[in-house]
Amino acid sequence: MESLSGRKKVLEQKPMNFWERIYLPAIFRGMGITFMHMFKKKETIHYPEQEREFSENWRGMHSLKRDENGAERCTACGLCALSCPAEAITMIASEREKGEEHLYREEKYAAVYEINMLRCIFCGLCEEACPKEAIYLDGPIVPADYLRKDFIYGKDKLVEMPITELEALKGAKV
Amino acid sequence: MEVAFLIEKTVLVLVLFTLTLSIAAYSTWLERKVAAWLQDRVGPNRAGIFGLLQPLADGGKMFFKEEIIPSGANKWLFIAGPSLALLVSFLGSAVLPFGQNIELFGRSIPLQVTDINVGILYIFGVVSLGVYGIMIGGWASNNKYSLMGAIRGASQNISYEIAMGLSIIALLLVTNSLSFKVIAEQQHGWHWNILVQPLGFLIFLICSFAETNRVPFDLPECETELIGGYQTEYSGFKMGAYMFSEYINMFVSSAVMAVLYFGGYNYPGMDTVNELLGPTWGPLIGVVVMFAKIIAFIFFFMWVRWTVPRFRYDQLMDLGWKVLIPLAIANIVITAIVITIVDKL
Repeated sequence: MESLSGRKKVLEQKPMNFWERIYLPAIFRGMGITFMHMFKKKETIHYPEQEREFSENWRGMHSLKRDENGAERCTACGLCALSCPAEAITMIASEREKGEEHLYREEKYAAVYEINMLRCIFCGLCEEACPKEAIYLDGPIVPADYLRKDFIYGKDKLVEMPITELEALKGAKV
Repeated sequence: MEVAFLIEKTVLVLVLFTLTLSIAAYSTWLERKVAAWLQDRVGPNRAGIFGLLQPLADGGKMFFKEEIIPSGANKWLFIAGPSLALLVSFLGSAVLPFGQNIELFGRSIPLQVTDINVGILYIFGVVSLGVYGIMIGGWASNNKYSLMGAIRGASQNISYEIAMGLSIIALLLVTNSLSFKVIAEQQHGWHWNILVQPLGFLIFLICSFAETNRVPFDLPECETELIGGYQTEYSGFKMGAYMFSEYINMFVSSAVMAVLYFGGYNYPGMDTVNELLGPTWGPLIGVVVMFAKIIAFIFFFMWVRWTVPRFRYDQLMDLGWKVLIPLAIANIVITAIVITIVDKL
């Protein structure tokens, strides 16, 4: 039958000639190929010293953001926890007291905010659900640990560094 | 039996023993490095510079691992298997000459533990004992995979030993001696036996791959089909013993090939070097040359391993019985005819 696509290839299976039947030329050719690979550039990235660059839309560890004055943006509305398909996020809300305006942006804030990194699937839906732009998955790879309880990250690990400290760090670097 | 002779032999045995062990240990390192290089990787590089301490780390790991003896296994034979494999693999290097007679403290010392006049037969005997380690270990494990591996190992070694022996007979027609020392001395300078016996060397090379159970003839182990063949049930140091014996076998067969076909410690221009450096340092260069040849062969073994896929069992038998044995016999006949004609002329 004529091939309509024109891509059909008929394999011709000829009997092998003498040089093909003794296999040795083919083996030596193969060994030549593998030998040349010794001098090629190695693909290895030496991990702890070198790191692969992440792509722009890479989703890593979460961070809870602060606003330009250094106050936490999160208002503990719970939309992130609700949107989370893996049920990884929990929080306890609390009311802002007088004199805490520089700490929390809104009148309500998250007293406890926990993400279980073993449950998290890094889908980024919390980031999309957040109305206050308070949570972003812009961190590095979540590091390995020995105990399950150590994978439940609280505010101590999630909240961004205070702005004063950040600027002090930047100043030190310049 | 004088004291100096005893000391000389003891030192030689100890040096050879440690050398064999360290070469086997560093073969594991080289194997991983060569595999990495041929696959565009780096290989072990964390333990020491270039990962040179890796064999020590691996050895320590082997010692501290839990040793499991399956409840259905025959305990005595289970332990005897790897012990026998390791013991037999060490025996081979006793008859190999590693250099010319060297002059030390006013004595001429042969760099060979013992020069028995049937050295080649001795090597063959020892090598054919090696398969018992595999068979006993595989049978004692009481495991189907192990038994399959052991059966394959036995039949493979028997089939390839015939071709190996026949290829050696053609060489013996040329050398007229079974002593390794005599054969090595005959190849003085560049008169290497590979020049008169290329086909014999090819057959011997292929058979030595099969005898050492290396890829492409690693059917007794055969990770992908038999999980590990005869060593499936082994763990800890017993597995290490099997692995070690494989690398020592590789070292011994590399040395045998170097002595029989590639001139051993002989190299072109050795006479002038010996005159220049005297009777102590001259032969030492020869020893270095010998070990360079051995390491080159070990590299070749690894290079082939990471290039060629494994044979199927029927292909292995076809190659052994229908190709190598007829070729080896033809080689004997041709060699005999040529020698007769040359003698008549």
